[in-house]
Amino acid sequence: MAKKASESSEGPEPHAQAHADPPGQFVWTRKDLLGLDELSAEEITHILDTADTFKEVSTRSIKKVPTLRGKVAALLFFENSTRTRMSFELAASRLSCDTLLLTSKGSSVAKGETTLDTARNVAAMGVDIIVMRHGQSGAPHMLARNMPESIVNAGDGSHEHPTQGLLDIYTIRQRLGTLQGVRVAIVGDIAHSRVARSNILGLKKLGAEVVVVGPPTLVPQAMTAMGCEISHSLDDVLPDIDVINMLRIQFERFSSNLFPSLREYSRLYGLTAERLKLARKDILVMHPGPINRGVELTSDVADGPNSCILQQVTNGLAVRMAVLYLVSQGTE
Amino acid sequence: MNDILIQNGRVIDPASGRDEVCDVTIAQGLIKHVGKARGKARETIDADGAVVCPGLIDLHVHCREPGHEEEETVATAAAAAVAGGFTTLCAMPNTHPPMDNDTAVHYVLHRGGEADLARVLPVGCISKQREGKGLAEMGLMLDAGAVGFSDDGDGVASTALMQRALQYTGMIGAPLMQHCQDPELMTGAMNSGPVAVRLGLGGIAASGEQIMLQRDLELVRRTAAKYHVQHVSTAGSVELIRAAKADGLPVTAEATPHHLLLTDAACMNYDSNYKVNPPLRTAADVQAVRQGVADGTIDCLASDHAPHAKEEKELEFNAAPFGIVSLDCALALYAKALVATRLLTWPELIARMTVNPAAVIGRPLGTLSQGAQADVTVIDPNKRWTIRTRAFASKARNCPYDGWRVRGRAVCTIVRGQIKFRR
Repeated sequence: MAKKASESSEGPEPHAQAHADPPGQFVWTRKDLLGLDELSAEEITHILDTADTFKEVSTRSIKKVPTLRGKVAALLFFENSTRTRMSFELAASRLSCDTLLLTSKGSSVAKGETTLDTARNVAAMGVDIIVMRHGQSGAPHMLARNMPESIVNAGDGSHEHPTQGLLDIYTIRQRLGTLQGVRVAIVGDIAHSRVARSNILGLKKLGAEVVVVGPPTLVPQAMTAMGCEISHSLDDVLPDIDVINMLRIQFERFSSNLFPSLREYSRLYGLTAERLKLARKDILVMHPGPINRGVELTSDVADGPNSCILQQVTNGLAVRMAVLYLVSQGTE
Repeated sequence: MNDILIQNGRVIDPASGRDEVCDVTIAQGLIKHVGKARGKARETIDADGAVVCPGLIDLHVHCREPGHEEEETVATAAAAAVAGGFTTLCAMPNTHPPMDNDTAVHYVLHRGGEADLARVLPVGCISKQREGKGLAEMGLMLDAGAVGFSDDGDGVASTALMQRALQYTGMIGAPLMQHCQDPELMTGAMNSGPVAVRLGLGGIAASGEQIMLQRDLELVRRTAAKYHVQHVSTAGSVELIRAAKADGLPVTAEATPHHLLLTDAACMNYDSNYKVNPPLRTAADVQAVRQGVADGTIDCLASDHAPHAKEEKELEFNAAPFGIVSLDCALALYAKALVATRLLTWPELIARMTVNPAAVIGRPLGTLSQGAQADVTVIDPNKRWTIRTRAFASKARNCPYDGWRVRGRAVCTIVRGQIKFRR
């Protein structure tokens, strides 16, 4: 693309021009990103392709473009987050989009204000995009039904975490070149995992095969309705997969008798270097973070040659830039 | 002179088997005569083309009073009732404080009397404070005017307490109405199954309803109590009730409009107007509940009218309260689920809304026999109309039927010989 002098002191190039004509003939229309469930394969591919074009920005000496200059994104984080929040903040900043940050601590959430009221009040300050992480499934859908601003789901309860799903899929595509026919295992607490749902739904749409692995208490049989296979044995699954995504196990789960102990869980479903020998040599090991080292992954696997965990984080930035850019163009 | 003459209507009185075009005359608050009218009346209602039937009875209404008058009051619930063609409603006791003593029963009866619209018959708690621990003073509540007992909103989890409650209500002759749901198997806000899994919402398992029902039936077998299953929602429950009736157990049951019309797929957009307890189930369950009503396994239709304020329902699906309101439009919804599908005729539908619920609570209502209380509903069975929640007499708008095109509507509601609503 032609380099053009720009009067902007923030970036060397008006990136928005490069995106006036998005990759392919596809026209993005959605103002919200609530989940991968409602997206078509074409829409998902379009986000990934858009992320590809944004990836280059982060390689420049001045890592910033004026694409969303003058826009405001409010980051409403009603649950703890490190990676996702910082990634969205940086993504917005690279697009010259101003950000407002609210975390539940110290906000009026503590005073009993409803989520919708909080969001409406923040929006009344003149916000274009609301990026929300919330502990309740469907919370961003409630906002989207009631507000004209763009709503981006940064994780809702046990439902979806669409940008995580997208960055996982992006990373697989980047490493394997395709998703068609790729076999992906997702291991752990599938029942309560928003990462699992977004991955399953997105991967299936792009032609991958997904097998979810864990004990029946963490892997509901009804999951098969989303198009994935179910296995209760990691050892059985390992030889036959291209990618393994190890989910973080939530310590509070064993208090509700979903599994007997971390020790037993780790023995049955933890990925060790020894167990990894059952898999193909070039298997891709993923983890959405934060890792419980020694529980779902041993350190030698997390830091080993098959791991692409940090690459996932890097890709997350480009994917979130793409999402912020696209929803701000959305009309629906 | 008669007070009211209802002329030329199709008079349907399931209690006597009557179904013919004739007149109904009312005097001194009682049914004076059904047949060819004799004498004049102060007021004449032309019921040509309409159905004239005993006043409709709803066994399951949440009036929210005392405690949540911002959601509904006895008066507004009674107004919604008469607008919907109901002349009697049974008020559930999950109020704040719970209706677990005779003073509370007196209070609700008093508020019903003040409203002077539909009859309001209180249902008292089974347990003190509705906590499922100690028996409430059911005998005193019965004397005060309670027509049955329920901890509705929750099932009685303790098997020992349930056994005692059944022994006790067996003695006093009142029906024990159970909300069948094992609380430990309730870990979410909607039906357990593929939709809940996809939405990342915890589930309320069908087995939780059936396990409690099965336990209760075992206890009923050993007591003399009248046992009534509230808001049957699963195919398994219908089957259990069918078998219990075949065994001759004194069991009755009710079904709601939403369990006859909606499935859990409606929750896909996290709209809390579809959040209800028991939850919306699968299409197979809806078919089974309809079939249960059709073959008489389920004796009664009851709305489970559960009002909530707008701000309560404008929360995350998990955080929003359970409940749907439908008193204003329930009749048309039943007709849509059961008459339009040819599962029931109008006389059969009316039986499930009059004589059958009257039998559950043991009251001489739900009939047009001479000398009976003059509670009468006139229905235009062919009236096509659109449900508009903003026009409800109920205070609440938590209703998923807004905009539905339906057929059949009450045009006149008479309670104790007085016209309480006319359209």
